Amino acid sequence: MSPAPRTLFQKVWDAHVVRAAAADTPAVLYIDLHLLHEVTSPQAFAVLRERGLRVRRPDRTLATMDHAIPTTPRPRGPFVPSDPEAAAQVAQLEANAHAAGITLYGLGHERQGIVHVIAPELGLTQPGRTIVCGDSHTSTHGALGALAFGIGTSEVAQVLATQCLLQETPRTLAVEVEGRLGPGVTAKDLSLALIARLGADGATGHVIEYRGAAVRSLSVEERMTVCNMSIEAGARAGMVAPDDTTFAYLQGRPHAPQGDAWARAVRSWRALSTDEGAGFDRLVAFDATALEPMITYGTNPAMAVPVCGHVPDDVSGPTERALAYMGLSPGQALLGHPVDVVFIGSCTNSRLSDLRLAASVMRGRKVAPWIRALVVPGSQQVKREAEAEGLDRTFREAGAEWREAGCSMCIAMNGDRLERGQYAVSTSNRNFEGRQGPGGRTFLASPLTAAATAVCGHIADPRELVA
Amino acid sequence: MSGRRPVALVHSRTLVLPAADVDTDQIIPARFLKGTVREGLGRGLFADWRYEPSGGPRTSFPLNRPEAEGAQILVAGPNFGCGSSREHAVWALVDAGFRAVVSTRLADIFKRNALQNGLVPVEIDAHAHASLAEAEGVEARVDVAALTLSWPGGLAAFALPPFARRCLLEGRDELDILLSYEDAIAAHERGASLEA
Repeated sequence: MSPAPRTLFQKVWDAHVVRAAAADTPAVLYIDLHLLHEVTSPQAFAVLRERGLRVRRPDRTLATMDHAIPTTPRPRGPFVPSDPEAAAQVAQLEANAHAAGITLYGLGHERQGIVHVIAPELGLTQPGRTIVCGDSHTSTHGALGALAFGIGTSEVAQVLATQCLLQETPRTLAVEVEGRLGPGVTAKDLSLALIARLGADGATGHVIEYRGAAVRSLSVEERMTVCNMSIEAGARAGMVAPDDTTFAYLQGRPHAPQGDAWARAVRSWRALSTDEGAGFDRLVAFDATALEPMITYGTNPAMAVPVCGHVPDDVSGPTERALAYMGLSPGQALLGHPVDVVFIGSCTNSRLSDLRLAASVMRGRKVAPWIRALVVPGSQQVKREAEAEGLDRTFREAGAEWREAGCSMCIAMNGDRLERGQYAVSTSNRNFEGRQGPGGRTFLASPLTAAATAVCGHIADPRELVA
Repeated sequence: MSGRRPVALVHSRTLVLPAADVDTDQIIPARFLKGTVREGLGRGLFADWRYEPSGGPRTSFPLNRPEAEGAQILVAGPNFGCGSSREHAVWALVDAGFRAVVSTRLADIFKRNALQNGLVPVEIDAHAHASLAEAEGVEARVDVAALTLSWPGGLAAFALPPFARRCLLEGRDELDILLSYEDAIAAHERGASLEA
């Protein structure tokens, strides 16, 4: 008898079950890679100290600093943030990592960067792995066929101490995307359109597998953008089956298997794809062909429309509240809306391909004088690669700020933030009230739309500039 | 120290915050996440809704009304706790005295975090939720053993995985349980390393 067909998710899950679910206990799931940053880890290390526990697998743990650190240009080498609270968090992570023997890519390290940017670029994010981090955008790593999800700090402590988590089995959702993205339309636009379709809680309790021709034709970095935003529809995780695109991305990266081990790894990774006939709990079909550049108008990422479209007319309670916060009216056009800040960065859109897109629009043009534009590379490696291509010069000559790697204005706890009432077009993932600074108002969009907005001085359709 | 105080009953007046999709950035804004301890986060709870930019309390916000004093049951809207995984959101609610959060649907990571801290996640059907929200400030009772939420004139059942229910009732801590599986974890690691 041949084994029952299984989904990508089921295969990764099954391979990591330490103890199967019983009637009154959920499954115990083994975690291959645990990523740490300064903001959600201090209290977890404190739990281990209180109980006299050790970090079980420092070799399966990697720490960096990204959320609370400033991204203002700074001297090379060791560096202390001027914000005393951030400095204390940074110092705690340094002490905790040192005491436990955990590798830390801290401030001034050539591999420092946003946690979800550095793990893939180092080849630590691999197909079939289970990956967790105290950060909801851990879903990013699913782009390579890993099962990756965000956890709270109590769970961070559990993984530090046992390398395992107790997990109720999630449901599965297949998102089938047919067609191909048109010119000027990016993975971010696809993501925003999918979230608008699913709703802000449309995928709660589910692991999404993104499938179909449109997904297959995306680069790994584009797949990361799509998987990154899975949580904005409430999903536990987002995944894409590994394929030749994935293997080409991984080969030669510092932590990728080498030599004979590489060939063996690719063989086992190929077997991870969802089997013919495997069932999902739900299926949503989407056609990417007619997709246009998207932008949000409200205060959650599901409130999105084409950039050349209008704020909806028929507003109910939540939308009404969102429009009041945003200072927008029902039925209003978005093109031409005034903007104060353009933010290009975050774990959603700060990789080299994102910066290339933004630079393609800014090259030979100037950021409007009333706009502050920040370009924040996702990692020191992205920064170096961008500089080697001269992208930094393109941004600087256009009048944009070129920053150090970090989360920056996506989370606004590090000195980069909007002033009350300001409007931003941001390539980040959340337009929640105050997310980019108390009273700040965020339009989420792609790097192309953000760059087009910067040079036009108001919300703009990038297709008019990239044609 | 390990283990928590068992939670069998939560009995108090309700505080109603009906907005949908309240994300954890609203529950506690990121600027309150720069500390290194779990205690004292109640001061950041709903900070941008609760206080004027000048720092004074916004009297219209439910949490600032005198009748909010002592409320342990928060009746929230659908998809409460969406967004960031920050456990600080749960720590802030618990620090402010809340012991149960009622919604039609809670966000996944928020629900996990709530269970780790003995904050009872209570998901009830939309009809019951609407009538409970309407009866603002009513004395309500969350019974974890019976999996019921009752108030004068209303009764709703809610679901919890058997394991989560037992952990609440017995004050069991997931870390302790995981530590007891050491042999299985070690065996899995040996098997996994053979495969690699």
